[in-house]
Amino acid sequence: MSEQLAVEAVDISKRFGARWALARLSFGLPLGRSLLLTGHNGSGKTTLLRLIATASFPTAGTLRVLGHDARTGRDQLRPFVALVSHASFHYEDLSAAQNLSLSAKFLGRGGEPKLVAELLERMGLSERADSPVRQFSAGMRKRLAIARLLMKAPRVALLDEPFGELDPAGIKQMEGIIRELQGQGTSVVLATHLVEQGLSLTNERLHLEAGRKVAPS
Amino acid sequence: MTPKISLLAAAWLVLKKDWQIEWRTRARLTAIIFFSLSTLLLFSFAMGPDVTTLRAHAPGYLWLALLFASVLSLGESFRIESENQALTGLVLTPVEPRAIFVGKVFGNASLLFVLSLVLLPVTVALYDVDLSRDPLRLVLVLFLGSVGISAPGTVYSAISANARARDVMLPLLLFPVLMPLLLAAVSATKFTLQPDPQEQVDSWLKLLTAFDLIYLSVGFLLFPKVAEED
Repeated sequence: MSEQLAVEAVDISKRFGARWALARLSFGLPLGRSLLLTGHNGSGKTTLLRLIATASFPTAGTLRVLGHDARTGRDQLRPFVALVSHASFHYEDLSAAQNLSLSAKFLGRGGEPKLVAELLERMGLSERADSPVRQFSAGMRKRLAIARLLMKAPRVALLDEPFGELDPAGIKQMEGIIRELQGQGTSVVLATHLVEQGLSLTNERLHLEAGRKVAPS
Repeated sequence: MTPKISLLAAAWLVLKKDWQIEWRTRARLTAIIFFSLSTLLLFSFAMGPDVTTLRAHAPGYLWLALLFASVLSLGESFRIESENQALTGLVLTPVEPRAIFVGKVFGNASLLFVLSLVLLPVTVALYDVDLSRDPLRLVLVLFLGSVGISAPGTVYSAISANARARDVMLPLLLFPVLMPLLLAAVSATKFTLQPDPQEQVDSWLKLLTAFDLIYLSVGFLLFPKVAEED
């Protein structure tokens, strides 16, 4: 069964010090389907996305992503999972082009300069390609993070508040990118407070309160 | 399927990335050069004008200046990795954590090595040492010492990068571990600058190499635990 699931969580919990960020959470997301994560601030959405991305690991329970255990199979998983998070993962003193180029080289992508130029063009960052990220606005950083996700062509895309900091044109473009990823068979897990927008882009919904799955009110 | 690059290729990319950042800002190198110049100057003033005493203590003060500067340099090296959680980004790309370790060690070591070369003429001016006695071995000692400081320094700066008192924690963790290396580096430097009637320099060089290998091996094994969140 797990081979057909993009994400399978069985009783997963995550503790930070004395606080449980996630408590005995279970759900399954079939491959190619998309999930909307909703909940108030601090409800555990970002923690769950980080667990699926293997940036962190469950304190208890079993989490399988693309059929691999998130902890023991992380080396096999990571090439196929991409996360756009509140933290942009960029080097502030490198330019947008250098940041993308570095990712392309680590990913072993051929034709790297052309790919980087295409992605920067697509995200509207061509004119600032050689500017250090330190000089970028929050929206430009988000666009660069999305470019990095596209470069990876993931099978599971994790988007934490992807519309935040984007202008209306950027939001529209982001919606297009999510639909394009879904069209390629990528499972998208989307965490957002814009529930209506999120529902229009996803097939399933998981609402969290204090780290637990609850029915949305 | 994404092609996977080798550990050495990934380490080289990490090293080049650190050089690129340093070249763009030059902040770290400038800071550590001025800091260690001031340290050497203060030590020479504290010792007084006696040339024999200055010469005798020059190797120790040179390595202390490098050690103190390394704390600044190593701390900065992981500050750029914690900003925007760039280190997590590397790990998720995915980059093998051990490749990050190797790249960061040699990135930090190259900076310290360059610093040590900059300090040599200053040491001549302030401590009246003779560099012409065994310059090749001296350069080798400086290189091995730089690697020896950087290997555990990279692990400890990664550990302390997110700690509340990181500026205090790094030297507290690092200095005790580096004591044997410092002894070997100072002694080897001494015998390249001063007469070595018993030909001890090679023994100290071997010891220095052994410390480097031990520190590199331990760091290579431990770094994945440090680089990944639990």
